Amino acid sequence: MAKQPCAVIGVGQTKYAAKREDVSMAGLLREAAKRALEDAQMTWADIDAVVVGKAPDLFEGVMMPELFLADALGAHGKPLLRVHTAGSVGGSTANVAASLVQAGVHERVLTVAFEKQSESNAMWALSIPTPFAMPVHAGAGGYFAPHVRAYIRRANAPDHIGILVALKDRTNALKNPYAHLHQEDVSYEKIRDSMMLWDPIRYEETCPSSDGACAMVLGSESVAERSEKPVAWVHATAMRTEPTMLARQDKVSPQAGRDCVAEVYRQAGVTDPYRQIDMAEIYVPFSWFEPMWLENLGFAAEGEGWKLVESGATDLGGDLPVNPSGGVMSSNPIGASGMIRFAETALQVRGLAGEHQVDGARLALGHAYGGGSQFFAMWIVGSEKPTA
Amino acid sequence: MRDVAVVSFAQWRNEREHQGSPNGIEMLVPTMTEAVEASGIPRKEIGFWCSGSSDYIAGRAFSFVMAVDAIGAWPPINESHVEMDAAWALYEAWVKIQTGEVDSACVYGFGKSSAGELRRVMTLQLDPYYVAPLGPDSVSLAALQARAGIDAGKWSERDMADVAARALSAGAKNENAVRRTERTVDELLGLDYVASPLRKYDCPPITDGASVMVLAAGDLARDVCSRPAWIRAFEHRVDTQNIGMLDLTISNSAAKAAAAAGVTDDRLDVAELHAPFSHQELILREAMGIGDGTEVTPSGGALVANPMFSGGLSRIGEAARRIHDGTADRTMGHATSGPCLQQNLVCVLEGE
Repeated sequence: MAKQPCAVIGVGQTKYAAKREDVSMAGLLREAAKRALEDAQMTWADIDAVVVGKAPDLFEGVMMPELFLADALGAHGKPLLRVHTAGSVGGSTANVAASLVQAGVHERVLTVAFEKQSESNAMWALSIPTPFAMPVHAGAGGYFAPHVRAYIRRANAPDHIGILVALKDRTNALKNPYAHLHQEDVSYEKIRDSMMLWDPIRYEETCPSSDGACAMVLGSESVAERSEKPVAWVHATAMRTEPTMLARQDKVSPQAGRDCVAEVYRQAGVTDPYRQIDMAEIYVPFSWFEPMWLENLGFAAEGEGWKLVESGATDLGGDLPVNPSGGVMSSNPIGASGMIRFAETALQVRGLAGEHQVDGARLALGHAYGGGSQFFAMWIVGSEKPTA
Repeated sequence: MRDVAVVSFAQWRNEREHQGSPNGIEMLVPTMTEAVEASGIPRKEIGFWCSGSSDYIAGRAFSFVMAVDAIGAWPPINESHVEMDAAWALYEAWVKIQTGEVDSACVYGFGKSSAGELRRVMTLQLDPYYVAPLGPDSVSLAALQARAGIDAGKWSERDMADVAARALSAGAKNENAVRRTERTVDELLGLDYVASPLRKYDCPPITDGASVMVLAAGDLARDVCSRPAWIRAFEHRVDTQNIGMLDLTISNSAAKAAAAAGVTDDRLDVAELHAPFSHQELILREAMGIGDGTEVTPSGGALVANPMFSGGLSRIGEAARRIHDGTADRTMGHATSGPCLQQNLVCVLEGE
């Protein structure tokens, strides 16, 4: 049996900020969900099912918060699913929502991902000691810095690449009204001179901690074809997982990432990603992950990702714009970060990305990862309906 | 829709209540080996993996990550996780197979509720601004629900004890139960209240556990299983959690899920209900229109073993087992989640 076509009909985002003290969790989710419904020209009553995603419950201190949020999300009397796959969850949640349409189970699905990090403290929520398990000391940076060092050594990359990525993303963020960080005075020197946090990762080469939610309305073929606005057709979805700790795995370019992207390229008929993909939103929580993921995703040969960054190819006006929204480096409500990547690709191929629109974006890759670089979720969306 | 069937099921066998040392993963690994071997599908050929568990039960972030290490995710696997009872992971896996992307899936749930104080942990499921700070625990909320039914004249404490006594006598015959001693209704009514009107056996036992199920589509299911349990309907619904707005003596979400699944129209041989509190079985029977011709929860259900986050999947597993062994032709497994039956799932199974 073939998959049913599925398209993004509406996208909604909140303003991302360190502390959204003006709204409760319910208010935050409704802000994104209502904007997605408005974009889709639908009301709550049109929605068949709701799929919620967020990272660990300890980030807000509420067990399964979707239960108390069911009301705010208009889910009363409807099916409600809650996905949790670590940092990749925003992407996985979108993929699960898409699968409900692709399976022919539902016609219109509302999917929302969020994190309200100001309710708690994510770094310490990640640092709870667990018997017999390797501790993650003081947050994610300490865990990922050795992977970055290994990349720099292996690829013989110069020190300034991480600064270039941070500068690009923070500059792009100035064109995105929803972005958390709007650093009007961002400069190469300011990033270079910022405090070294987890050598070689500087303070300004690190994502912020944000409150925020992102929502999408996904629709079936008949729903998409009735839409007055342009839609983003889902051309491919995939998820792949590998263990946290395995001696033979490559933490710099994980096999699960390579397998996941190979699967979305296969589904979308992509054989030369650098030429065929018009733009990508990639999960880059520390700036050095851009060149690392460019290689893992097949946009550059092994050891060549940093050269692509240095050439300016990933700038907004480059051959392969990466994170024109400003990316995770500029807004990071963890559980939503993956869905923001996916939603931004949808906005781009719909031509609705505003000031950070990539000219002629027709096929785009959304990417999310999580855990110890072990959970991957990706999709490819396009302006044209896929040819079966 | 594609024909998809449960081809194998296994559950962790508890020695007794509060059994101590095994953690979630230690319970999961042998249970998974049993289910996967029984499925006849080589582990490396399983198309999709999906689990249900809770970080708050484990007391840490990303508790499912250790499970991924334990199942041997190498080469990398196609995998997902819900922060829900694994019955909803089963739903996600069923949807995945419906897309045509994969033909088989392994679904698992696990939880070690004895590691914390469950009724207080569950309080954290409530609205964090207006309700949770007041501290109502899961047993007290169920007691309010039971009291509402008594006040409305819908059931009595004796009706509740009838349910509990029947569950205990079923548990006495179920090697997976942690409560295995029969008691009469009068004995039960002679016990002290835990939270009035609930007595000890109106409430579920604290249970550690894990369960694992393998699904397969079409001919693959027929190849590996002599009598596959075909999923004929699969529906779930949620209600608002705003308890003050609800008539607690009924369950709209259970009624809607059952109606959508066609349960109300057709005769079922067996209905395995996930009713953690005795009166909730009465609510569910009414909501779903389950008649007297149906054998209700022959395993004893949640009143004799209630492993959190795998208990719902185990109900579907018990319903599938009755198809597998040929003692039933049409069965239903039900799962619930949230306070006072907030969320309900129905899975209808049939033999060929």
